[in-house]
Amino acid sequence: MDLKLKVWRQKNPESPGGLVDYDATGVNPDMSFLEMLDVVNEGLIEKGEDPIAFDHDCREGICGSCSLTINGIPHGPQKAIATCQLHMRHFENGQTVVIEPFRARPFPVMKDLIVDRGRFDQIIEAGGYISARTGSAPEANSIPIPKQTTDRAMDAAECIGCGACVAACPNASAMLFVGAKVTHLNSMPQGRPERDRRVLKMVASMEEAGFGNCTNTFECVAACPKEIKGEVMAQMYRDYVKALFRQAIRPE
Amino acid sequence: MVGALWIASVCGKERQRERQRFDKALTLRNMSIWVELLRSSIGKKYIMAITGFLLFIFVIGHLLGNLQVFLGPEAINGYAEKLRSMPLLLWGARIGLLVVAALHIWMAASLTIENRRARPEPYQLKTPIQATYSARTIRISGVIILAFVIYHLLHFTFLVIEPDYATWTDSAGRPHVYKMMVAGFSNVWISGFYLLAMLLLCLHLSHGLMSMFQSVGLRNPVWARFLEQLARTIAALIFLGYASIPVAVLSNLIE
Repeated sequence: MDLKLKVWRQKNPESPGGLVDYDATGVNPDMSFLEMLDVVNEGLIEKGEDPIAFDHDCREGICGSCSLTINGIPHGPQKAIATCQLHMRHFENGQTVVIEPFRARPFPVMKDLIVDRGRFDQIIEAGGYISARTGSAPEANSIPIPKQTTDRAMDAAECIGCGACVAACPNASAMLFVGAKVTHLNSMPQGRPERDRRVLKMVASMEEAGFGNCTNTFECVAACPKEIKGEVMAQMYRDYVKALFRQAIRPE
Repeated sequence: MVGALWIASVCGKERQRERQRFDKALTLRNMSIWVELLRSSIGKKYIMAITGFLLFIFVIGHLLGNLQVFLGPEAINGYAEKLRSMPLLLWGARIGLLVVAALHIWMAASLTIENRRARPEPYQLKTPIQATYSARTIRISGVIILAFVIYHLLHFTFLVIEPDYATWTDSAGRPHVYKMMVAGFSNVWISGFYLLAMLLLCLHLSHGLMSMFQSVGLRNPVWARFLEQLARTIAALIFLGYASIPVAVLSNLIE
C-alpha cells in the first residue's frame, strides 16, 4: 500500500518547523507504524537526505518512548496501544497521514518528532517513590493488603509515562500522569506515610514545569495506551486537598 | 546514545536553570491554605466546582421564581414584593452571588491563560477523540452567558435599558413584574437573545454539572455514566423551564 505522509520536520529546539510531504510506497500492511517510518528513512538516507528523527525503544508497548501524534491523535486512531503497536492495516491505501510530535511547552521539540519529556522524570523525583527501606523481597503476605487496593494500585501503575495524556489534552495538562503515580503509591500501605508530601510536591513540580490545567474533557483517558482511568485524577484531587488541610492544621 | 549526548549538550544550560526552579518545588512551600487554593491548579479546580455549584443553585432558585409568571400577576408581583421586603436577605444574596460569580470568572480566566501558555505551538491537525461539544466550548459558552447576564441585569434589575419599567406598578402599588416580563419578551430580539443564552447555559451546565463532581474527586467509574446523563437531563430541564416563558409570551399564552 502507498501513503502520503505529512511529517513535522524541525532542525532543533530553536528553529521553526513545518510539515514536509513524503510518499511512503510499498508499505506492508503488517508493518508497525514505526517500521513504516524506518522504510521511509532508508529511502531518505539512500537519497542523501536527513532521516526523520523519532523516539522509539522496546517497540512492544511497554517503554513509553514512542510519541507520535498521528492524524491529530497521540499514538494514532486505535484504542489502548502505543505508536509501536499501531499497524498499517488500520490505514487505507492512498490515505494522507499527518505526523506531529507531542506538543506542550514542558515537552520542547528537540528534533523533528522527538520531544524532551524530562519534566516527567522531575515530577517522579519530586515524590514518585517511597523512602521506606523495603529491603530484599519481603514475605508475600507480611503486609496484608485488600485485593481491591492492589488492583487499584496496579491499574494506576500501568502508566508508562509516555506523555500521550499531555499531548491529547486541549490544555496540555499532566493530571492523568501525576494522578496515576499518586494513586499508585498513595493506595499502598508502603506509600501511605508519605502520601501528603508526595501529592503536594508532585503537584508543585507539575505546576512548576508549566503543564496546563484540567477541564475534565477526558481526552487523556481516551488517548492513554494503558487505559489509565479518570478516577486516578479524582483520587489525586481528594488527596491534594486533604494534604493541604492537614498541612494547615499540623504542618510537617 | 549519540542522541542522548546531543540532547544533553543542547539543553545543558536550560537544564541547570530548570534544576534550580525544580529544587524550589521540592521543598514543601510554606503554605497558607487559602493562598494555595487560589494559586494551585487543583485548588482552582475546587473553587471552580464549588462556585459553579452555588451558581447552579441560584439558577434553580431563579427559575422557580420566574415560573410563577404562569400563576398570574398576583403571584409573581407578590413574590417580587416579598423579596424586596427583606433587604438584608436580598442584598446578602446579591453580594454573595457577585463574589461567587467573580471568583468563578477569575478562576476561569486564570486557568485559561495558563492553559494557553502550556501549548504555545499549536497542532497543525488536532482531532478530538471523544470530548463532548459542551466540554470543548465551555469557555465561550461561559463568556456569552456573562454578556447575557450583564444585559439581563441592566434590563430587569437596574432598569437601565427600559427606564419606564420603574413607573409600572400594579393595583396594589407593587412593581409590576408580570407586565415587565410580558413587555420585555414581546420583543422578538430580546426573546431570541434570551433563548440563545439559555441554550448556551444548557450547554455549559451539561458539561459543568458533571465536571464539578470530578473536580472535587467525587466521580468514579461506578456512577460516571449516570452522572453524565443526570447532568444532561438537568441542563435540558433548566433550558425548557427558562425557555417556556418567552415562548409563552410570544405565542400569547401569557398576556
